Formats: sequence, structure tokens, C-alpha cells
Amino acid sequence: MSAPGLAPSSGCRNTPVLKQRGQREVFCGLTSIIWLHRKMQDAFFLIVGSRTCAHLLQSAAGVMIFAEPRFATAILEEGDLAGMNDAHDELDREVARLLERRPGIRQLFLVGSCPSEVIKLDLARAAERLTQIHAPRVRVLNYSGSGIETTFTQGEDTCLASMVPVLPKTDRRELLVIGALPDVVEDQMLGLLSGLGIENVRCLPARGVESGVAVGPNTVFALTQPFLSDTCAALERRGARHIAAPFPFGADGTTAWLRAIAQEFGIGADRFAAVTDAPRKRAERAVAQAAQDLAGRSVFFFPDSQLEIPLARFLTRECGMTAIEVGSPYIHDAIHGPDLDLLEAGPMISEGQDVDLQLDRARAARPDLTVCGLGLANPLEAEGLTTKWAIELVFTPVHFYEQAGDLAGLFSRPLRRKGLIAGLSPRLRAAE
Amino acid sequence: MKLTVWTYEGPPHVGAMRVATAMKGLHYVLHAPQGDTYADLLFTMIERRDHRPPVSYTTFQARDLGSDTAQLFQDACCDAYARFKPEAIIVGASCTAELIQDDPGGLSELMGLPVPVIPLELPSYQRKENFGADETFFQIVRTLAKPCERTARISCNILGPAALGFRHRDDITELTAMLHEIGIDVNVVAPMGATPSDIARLGAAHFNILLYPETAESAARWLKREFDQPHTTIVPIGVTATRDFLAELATLTGLPCRAGEERLRLPWYAQSVDSTYLTGKRVFIFGDATHVRAAAYIARDEMGFEVAGMGCYNREFARGIRALAREFGVEALITDDYLEVEQTIEALQPEMILGTQMERHIGKRLGIPCAVISAPVHVQDFPARYSPQVGFEGANVIFDTWVHPLVMGLEEHLLHMFREDFEFHDAAGPSHHGAAATPETPRAPASAGDVIWLDAAERELKKIPFFVRGKARRNTETFAQSKDLREISVDTLYEAKAHYAR
Repeated sequence: MSAPGLAPSSGCRNTPVLKQRGQREVFCGLTSIIWLHRKMQDAFFLIVGSRTCAHLLQSAAGVMIFAEPRFATAILEEGDLAGMNDAHDELDREVARLLERRPGIRQLFLVGSCPSEVIKLDLARAAERLTQIHAPRVRVLNYSGSGIETTFTQGEDTCLASMVPVLPKTDRRELLVIGALPDVVEDQMLGLLSGLGIENVRCLPARGVESGVAVGPNTVFALTQPFLSDTCAALERRGARHIAAPFPFGADGTTAWLRAIAQEFGIGADRFAAVTDAPRKRAERAVAQAAQDLAGRSVFFFPDSQLEIPLARFLTRECGMTAIEVGSPYIHDAIHGPDLDLLEAGPMISEGQDVDLQLDRARAARPDLTVCGLGLANPLEAEGLTTKWAIELVFTPVHFYEQAGDLAGLFSRPLRRKGLIAGLSPRLRAAE
Repeated sequence: MKLTVWTYEGPPHVGAMRVATAMKGLHYVLHAPQGDTYADLLFTMIERRDHRPPVSYTTFQARDLGSDTAQLFQDACCDAYARFKPEAIIVGASCTAELIQDDPGGLSELMGLPVPVIPLELPSYQRKENFGADETFFQIVRTLAKPCERTARISCNILGPAALGFRHRDDITELTAMLHEIGIDVNVVAPMGATPSDIARLGAAHFNILLYPETAESAARWLKREFDQPHTTIVPIGVTATRDFLAELATLTGLPCRAGEERLRLPWYAQSVDSTYLTGKRVFIFGDATHVRAAAYIARDEMGFEVAGMGCYNREFARGIRALAREFGVEALITDDYLEVEQTIEALQPEMILGTQMERHIGKRLGIPCAVISAPVHVQDFPARYSPQVGFEGANVIFDTWVHPLVMGLEEHLLHMFREDFEFHDAAGPSHHGAAATPETPRAPASAGDVIWLDAAERELKKIPFFVRGKARRNTETFAQSKDLREISVDTLYEAKAHYAR
């Protein structure tokens, strides 16, 4: 289906997708803990894994690791690998110690990793058992953030999906907005929805466990993030209905997202215009200013977060860029479809990765801007390509009207910078 | 299971990556799940390398587990060889692949690649990053080094510098220049910058300089046994250590190993009157064993500090650090648990910490100045400027680095004189800590067991500049306890001050 209110161009929805398997240069789902724990203020994330998992979190969290964060790794040791029963006793003991030390914790997530899954440590059973032990103060849930099952932002998906079955049931007609957003962005969104007259709005994840989020056959839900397919399915299993929409990036994306919800709730065009016109124009002005350096430039996306398709749609439609390749770790028709409809035909759409082959394609295409992970960014810069590291797009407030200019700015800054310091390096000159 | 937030060391395969990335013409095929590629960014971001580490990952996923992950590994090996044409390949498993037991060594042997393939056994659930680096380098040397004729001129190998090593880049430059000055050639530096064919000619050197025992001790021992190459035992960090190292070189080579000290400034800087205020500063030292050992001697014998405590996180070197601590009359702290380090620092209340990135943050939290002396380090400790630790220029760098976080003598004097002045008021802190500095951990007015601070004494304590206040508080409480005093008055404060006067 096409997005309401925006004329579909030729679109990319039916473009054949290049699917490749090979070496993937991506994060595992554990990484999502870094922003999830900031959002869910009474939750603790306990990874059951190896030293590698702890090292990954430390490397990805940077300085955040020094601020008594609400996550940790229970590192499996040789003894734990020998006998399974032992591992459960060990886990119980570590959890008891942890909850004693951090009395503010109300939700505990046991996060599965590659090692814990390969040895088939039953964390689901452990979560049930620990819930009984620590009820009613603490709820213990389990999900997988392992690299063998999840890629980067998918960790948020598996986390939220693990919460859906234990949400209370309701028959009220409510709007659920799914996806962790920075608080400031979430508040803007709630303001816009309440301006439209939609009052029964809840967010998942909520800031605390006692948020009143419930689900039932009269629940409708909208996604603010494109990586939430499991959560989507879990909500549908409980009778809730998905409102398909493009994702709220840029002025157009935000308007289309809000319009899909407004239509669902039968909001009149006058009211819609009254609420959205001013912020939309403000966003358009901000984007136009920030996008001056982007118009006419080409962009190449390596797969990372599943944000690539909606962001390519934003950069091509609102900033005048041309997309060469849009790589995404996974593509779900029901979720990415509305954005693919709006992405003008032309770019190669790829799912999965064989990183060496994809690097060859990027080198051959010499895009003006390459969106990629930190393992590739500096090496590509050294080859004369300009890069925008993708992880920042997950941490920075980028959704909805007020952030649209900032979003364009994230992409234009590397290009402006390249122009400013071009005189410095013979390597950069050679690349021109 | 062990609950962890910070880790001083990564898993052993990261150590192997540090060796592979340091070298040229070598490729590492790592059997690892999707996601383990995170380690690439340590090299591309923290060390700012301009190329990808020479590592191919199999990146297996859940759906591969039922089928043939072994095939995936062999394909990755073939692809890596075809694409990168390395002179040699190392193969191994990360922690998850260790559990699925595919045996990369055996699998790669069956493939009959036309270059040496070196299998690595790195037990991920027992050992850590430094072991991984040491073992990897040892296996590479053991496989590739061939007996060969000694060079005509006296030459040596420099063993140990690796990727992600604390100041390894500049240490090599400094050491090479020093060796050049005294007429010793450098045959091979390894693993940093060496190719597999360079490793093959390690045997041409007359002796080895074991620069970082953490990453190269096994290889150095093997070379001693197999090729009869002696290796140095002193790491030339600090003025005295450098001079002792030169003496050791003289013994090994028979050359008059003297190096010019014209540019060496540490001794005069430490002697100049502004440094008087450094006397007896109580320092706590933590890091890898090699840098802790060097720092302890510099702190005591070259800077005039008092070493209040020391320790290391790499258990492999615990015995040496325990002996060193005994020599200094302190207790050694051998742990990889940062909470223990934090507790020890809190208990000791040193005036300065010499440590790693972790201790820098502990110091920030406790309001204690800190200088970084050892890995793990963050991006700011891979500086653009020349900043070695070894040799005489290294000593200059160390003097500056350690003194900067402290309030220098003149500034300290001014703070004393004008401490009621609005610019130098109590909570202002030294300018380099920024406005947000928290000078002291908040403590209840009454503390230290049964000893109670009277209001007047507490107020008087506040008048003491914050950077010595922790020591004053601790000394006074210890003094009061030793005299069985229940309360601390202004008099007690000054009696204690007199008692501890130095």
C-alpha cells in the first residue's frame, strides 16, 4: 500500500533486491542495550555471555561505561561450561547480589548472547524462576541480543517483543507508539498527537514499568523505528493492528506518519493542517538550509540499522541526493514498504552483506557520501571517500519535525568538512 | 559466572588481532559469529588506523549452525587468500566458535593453501587479551623463524610492539634512535611493522630487546632456546631504567653503550625548586605489570613521590609485582575487578593516581588527579604528537604528563595565599579540571567509625586546599584513633598536622 497523502513515484517496492551472504561488518543486538537502558529508567540489562560481550559493550558504550550504567555482563567461565545445572545456580546467585546492590531496579532483562545460546542455557526458564523468586518487586524477562540471531537495532526489537506477552490486556481503543525515542522527541510527538485530538497514547518502551501500557483487540499501533518486526508480530498476536506508514524522518516523512494516524482516528483535514502546517514549514526551512551541501550529491548506504531505507527516502526526496545503493541488514515488506514506495526507482536495494564485495561496489561507484559503520569509516576516508558513520543516527535525536534540520545536518557536515580542510592532504586532493 | 561492567582486557582473540594488525602481509581468519567485527573499530577508531585490520570473519548466524559452519570457515579462508594474497595466515576461533568445536587448525590444514597457515589455540574462557597477543606472536615466530647467519654488525630485534599498544609507535622510534647512536642495528621490529618474511630472519640478530614482556615474552624465550639469542630484562622506561638498560646492552654486546643525555630534562626539572612541592606526594600505581614496575621506580627515585600502593590487572605477572610491592613496603593489588581498585584507592586516599583509562575515571569521581601510564587507553592516548615512554625523551614526556594533573608549586602557593579570594575560593578547583570539578566525595560530617568531627574542626578542614584535604582528613582521623580520641577539634587537627609534618 502507498502512504496516504503522498503521491507514489515509480517506487522501489518491486525492485529486485540483491541478497548476499558473506562476511557481515555489523554490530550484534547487544549494542542496543546502550540506548535502551537510558530510556527504561527502572530496568537493568544482564547479559549472560563471554568476555567478548563485555568488551563489545565497553567499546560501544565509550565513556558511558563509567557512569554506573544499568547493564552488566555475567561472564561465563570454564566451570559454567562444564555442567548446566551449575550455571543456573550461579546465575541465581549473581542476580540476587545484583538486585540487593541496586534496589531501584524493577525490571531485569536476562539478555542471551552467542555463547549462552550455543550452549543452550535456558534463560527463558531462568527468567520465570527468577520472577517467582523476586516477585513482586522485580519482573525478570529474557530476550536474545546474540550476534547469531540479531543485528544491531534488532536487539531493541527482541527486547520489546519479550515485553509484549506480559503487557496487561485492555479493550480500550488506544494508540501505542512503538520504538525507543529520546525523551525530547517523544514529548514532541505526544504534543503533536494530542494537538490532533488523539489522547489515549502510550509508548513502548515506557520510561518505567508502571506506565499503564496495555494491549488488546482495539489497540492500534504505529512504529517510529523500522527495525521492530518481531514486536509488530507479537502485538498482532495479541489482536492489535499496525498502522502502516513511512517513518517520521524529515518534514514529509513526519507529515505522512502523522497523516496515517490521523486517518485512522478520523481527524479532519482542517485540524490536521492547523496542527502540522507551522512545524512542517519550520522543518522544511531547516532542511533546505542544511541540505544546501547535499543537493546533487550521491549517497551509498552500507547495512547497519534498518534505518537505511527511510533515510535514503529522506535524503533523495527532501535533500536532493541520488542514492546509489541502499543496503539494509533486513527488509520487511510490511514495515519498509511505505518508504520503498516513496523511494524513486534507481538505486540498488541490497539485503544482507558480503562486505568485501560491497566495498568493491562502493569503490567503483565513488559516492559523494558513504554511510557506514566505524570499522569501515576511517579506512574509506583514507581511500578518499567521504563517510558518515551510521551509529550516530541511532543515538542522536533525528525523528519528527524539529529534528529534521539536524538530521540533514548530520549528512551535510562531513561534506562541508571535506571542503573546508581540502587543502591539507595530498590524499584528499588526489581523490577529487 | 562473574559480574562485570569494565574489563581491563578483551578476549584472547583481540590479542591475536593486535598482532595481526600490527604486522604486514599476514591475514587472520577468525571463526566468529556475526557481531564480533566490533573489534575492528578499536583499531580504526581508537588507534585511528587508515585501513581495515587484516581479519576475515566467518560471521556465522543462527541459521548456519544446523548446517555446515566448517564449510563457512573454509570458504572464508579461500576468499581471504584469493583476495589478500598474504604471505602467511593465522586461523583461530572466538569464544562462541570455540564452543561449536570446528577446529580451524585441522580444517585449514586440509585445504592445502600455498602459504603457511598457523593455527591458534586461545582458550577464551580462561585467558585474556595479553595472553592472546603473546601466544599468537609466539606461534608465528615458532612457525616462521628460520635459523640464519648472524649479521656482520651487531644487531638486535625489538620484540613486543603491537597494535593498540600504549605508545608503542613512538617507543620504537625513540629506542631505534638510541640504538643507532650507540652503534647497534635493528634487525627486525616485531610484530609491529614486520612481515612474515621479516619473522623468518629474526635469527640474524645477535640478541633481542624484550620491550613489552606482556606481548613477547614467550617468543623471546623460544628464540633464546632455539637460536641462542639472549634478550634484555630491563624495560628502558625512566632515567635510571634507561641507564641500566644501556649497561645491560653493554654486557650483551661488549660495546661501550653510552647515549647522549643532552636532551634529557627530567633530572633538572625534578631538581628545580618548583618541583619541591612534589616531595612525598602519595601516588597509587595501577596498570599492566611492565608499566607499573617502571612507574614505581620513576615515582620514588626520580620524582620524589611516595608510592602508596601498586598493582596490576594481568595475573601472568602477579609474582613480579608482589615482589616489587614488598620492596616498596606496600601491598600489591592483583585484580581485574575495577571495584576492588576503586575501593583500594578510596581507602588509601592518594594524592595522585597513575593508572589506565579506568583509573582516570575513578580519579575523576573521587576528585584525585590522574595520569595515564598503561593500556587500556582511549583515543586521546594515541596522540598525534611524538610521545614515547622509553628512553630519555620518554622520561621528559613522563615528567610533563605526571606533573600536569597536579597543581604546580607556584599555583599551589598562590592558592594557599589567596584561598579566601573569590577567584581562588575553595570550590573553584584547578583550572584544568573545568568548572564541573567535584573537589571531594561528599562525606557525612561525622566519619571514620567512632571519631566525630566538631563543627569548628570541620570548618577549619574546609580551609585546607581541596587537593590535600583528603590526606589531612585521613591523617587526622588516623591520629585521633591512635590517641583514642572520640572527637576531633581544631587542636586535634593541628596536632595531627604537626605529627605528620614532613
